[in-house]
Amino acid sequence: MPRGIKDKVAILGMGCSKFGERWDKDADQLMLEAFDEALTDAGIETSQIDAAWLGVGFDAQNIGPSGIPLSMALRLPNIGVTKVENYCASGTESFRGAVYAVASGACDIALALGVEKLKDTGYGGLPVRSRGTTFDMIGVTGSAPGSFAQIASAYRAKHGVSRDDLKRAIAHVSVKSHANGVKNPKAHLQKAIDIDTVLNAPMIADPLGLYDCCGVSDGAACAIVTTPEIAKALGKQDHVTIKALQISASNGWEMQQGGGWDGSYFHTTRIAAAKAYEEAGISKPREQISLMEVHDCFSITELVTMEDLYISKEGEGWKDVRDGFFDADGGIPCQIDGGLKCFGHPIGASGLRMIYENYLQLLGRAGARQRQDNPVFALSHNLGGQPVQNVSAVAIIGLQGA
Amino acid sequence: MTDHGILAFGAYIPKRRLQRAAIHAFNGWFAGGLRGLAKGEKAVVNWDEDAITMGVEAARDCLTGIDRNRVERVTLASTTLPFADRLNSGIVKEALTLADATAANDAAGSLRAGTSALMQALDGQVTQLVIASDNRKAKPASEAEMSFGDAAGAVLVGQGDVIARYLGGHSLTIDFVDHFRSSGVDFDYAWESRWIRDEGYAAILGKALKDGLTNLGIEGGAIDHAVIAVPVKGVPEQLAKKAGIRPDVCADPLMAVIGDSGTAHPILMLAACLEQAKPGEKILLASFGQGADVLVFEATDALAKLPSRWGVAGHLAFRQDDRNYGRYLFHRHLLPLEKGIRAEMDQKQPGTTLFRQRKAVLGLVGGRCTKTGTVQFPKTEISVNPNDRAQGAQEDYPLAERRASVIAFTADNLTFSPDPPSFYGTIDFEGGGRLVTEFADVMAEEIEVGVEMRMVFRIKAIDDLRGFIKYFWKAVPVSKGDA
Repeated sequence: MPRGIKDKVAILGMGCSKFGERWDKDADQLMLEAFDEALTDAGIETSQIDAAWLGVGFDAQNIGPSGIPLSMALRLPNIGVTKVENYCASGTESFRGAVYAVASGACDIALALGVEKLKDTGYGGLPVRSRGTTFDMIGVTGSAPGSFAQIASAYRAKHGVSRDDLKRAIAHVSVKSHANGVKNPKAHLQKAIDIDTVLNAPMIADPLGLYDCCGVSDGAACAIVTTPEIAKALGKQDHVTIKALQISASNGWEMQQGGGWDGSYFHTTRIAAAKAYEEAGISKPREQISLMEVHDCFSITELVTMEDLYISKEGEGWKDVRDGFFDADGGIPCQIDGGLKCFGHPIGASGLRMIYENYLQLLGRAGARQRQDNPVFALSHNLGGQPVQNVSAVAIIGLQGA
Repeated sequence: MTDHGILAFGAYIPKRRLQRAAIHAFNGWFAGGLRGLAKGEKAVVNWDEDAITMGVEAARDCLTGIDRNRVERVTLASTTLPFADRLNSGIVKEALTLADATAANDAAGSLRAGTSALMQALDGQVTQLVIASDNRKAKPASEAEMSFGDAAGAVLVGQGDVIARYLGGHSLTIDFVDHFRSSGVDFDYAWESRWIRDEGYAAILGKALKDGLTNLGIEGGAIDHAVIAVPVKGVPEQLAKKAGIRPDVCADPLMAVIGDSGTAHPILMLAACLEQAKPGEKILLASFGQGADVLVFEATDALAKLPSRWGVAGHLAFRQDDRNYGRYLFHRHLLPLEKGIRAEMDQKQPGTTLFRQRKAVLGLVGGRCTKTGTVQFPKTEISVNPNDRAQGAQEDYPLAERRASVIAFTADNLTFSPDPPSFYGTIDFEGGGRLVTEFADVMAEEIEVGVEMRMVFRIKAIDDLRGFIKYFWKAVPVSKGDA
């Protein structure tokens, strides 16, 4: 077992742009908006950054290839900039690049930035695109809600949950996230909704209605990371360190092995979560995790993820959701910032946005939505792809010394 | 001497049956004269079907219980072949996973192309699959629109245990232009029906029937089934009478339930006849189109032993009432509905990848690990089996004829589909293998986790920019009463 990166890397500063329909801004302006906040937070100069990682999901509809767009937007001093893409997990992937660079000793200070400019496509939702020449001949190019809705059919069948019970449980997921979004001035959606609105909304992909789906947004988020020693030398006393950072990618088992995966859960999330808990030294996640930001691209994804992260027992996540365990004032708040559902989902930025919220909460800087019980460990879960073939990233951060 | 004739037959009729009254309800204000035709229903293809996909389904039905290695030649006859220069029957060959050493040709040019191909096959010595398939386009508010239906028929010709012995045939070729359609044009141009009746059916087809029977030395009165594929009420009976055939042995032209399926129609009617014929009975098949073909068969004892199949009767029972004329027009590109930006995805098909993956894409051939028995789709270098990553150990494993069951699914209203919502999901095959694919011709109440599915060959996408059609396999629910 590798030694992992627990407490080897500290977060020096973070920033996040306002998410939403940023009709007035280009991607480079959004990058700068997030970066300015992070740089101020870190208290360093741009010239002190040794290397940068850029996460983008849909570069063809957005900034184009390579790391150059980040280097240009921030006028970085010709340092190495690597662009990474791992579906909707691209944000956490960029974070991993920067964190690993510092952990290895190759860099003192590294930057991770994720950006997406999705409101230039002419329609709502994710852009339709090729998944490669072989896939396009034999695979299904459905919509994102269609891909994820399938989890619901298999979950119901496996656990004997009625259509109505599950529909109401996932509706609660969205009602809760909307309530949280109201308290977040950077959120794309800041409007509370009631459960009937969710239940009666037009069907997008059965059983997911309009309010079971997150929209897509424009936005950017970034992190500046360094070693705990350098953080301290720069005057950071109560800093946040990375406790675990794990990514698991499907190898085709879910999609190709008949009789294997039953379609009701995320195989990769279970693997990434188990490894992350071990790396962080967490043995009882339901008791030790203070709060979570998960990849709630769809309400059903969040519900099932509660089980895949070993917070809820398998087949019982829907009851925890329904009973308010993940509400802002519940046992473990989930999406206290509104989540993808309301904070918004600019693909490449989302993983970093989750870490940003966890960072603020740990440092007691989350304003009106601040959790009052002194959070210690905060988990973020960033998922890319679709249930049948995906990339799952789990990051756990916490206070130094925890 | 070995018997020579028909070894098996099959049919395909699309599930949706458009009510002619629904057509007239829309067009009656303009074409009031068609009111008399506004009864019964016609079979209409879904957006993802064409002469090739229907032909494949009819051929699969025909080959029920038959070793596909027996097929030495395949012919696809149609006046609506999707490709002008790409062997359409070659696509059928791949879909049926026939051996590479199979001869193939397309037959076209007239509504008689199916029977002419059948006659040529019967004159030869090889085991030949003759498929006839058509989905003709008709102008809205035309008589042709009321009359045309979509369908396919298939016949396997060869020697040995034939179900119908070939007694002989006769052909006439005369450039009688009752209707025509030039290359690249969508619609037929037709001449007056009274002239066609008198100078076409009565004179040309009438002469062919008379001469054919005389040449074969068969009395008209000896014919037990007269399959005269003329889609005009009363005409087959008049022709039969003049040829000395009892009018009451004329086969139902299926106009009330399918419509005139063009090139496919004589073969389809022959299939319907073979479903009812008894050993020893004589069957006459006649078709018309710039001349006429007349063929005579005698059913044998083997007919009664033929394994059950969908056939015409099975497909007629497997129907969905359709009154959505707007959808019918849209699917035939006769009504330009707004498809939205999502529909703009480039469907360009690299020829290189299709060639490398042709067995998987067109034949639904997966892989089976010779070491562990793990079945998967598509075939890959390293097995998907997490317990044994055997490399290079997979053999071809066809999945198209295997049943599967639904693991997970959805009905997607967001993704572009010409027939929304788009149903798709994950299915597991009996005996192993998994596929994520689209579902065809389904209704919401039919699908649930665990429902049994069967595979059908369909259009996956159309590259409008370059005029290329991409085919793949979709799943349909196995309904009660399926063969």
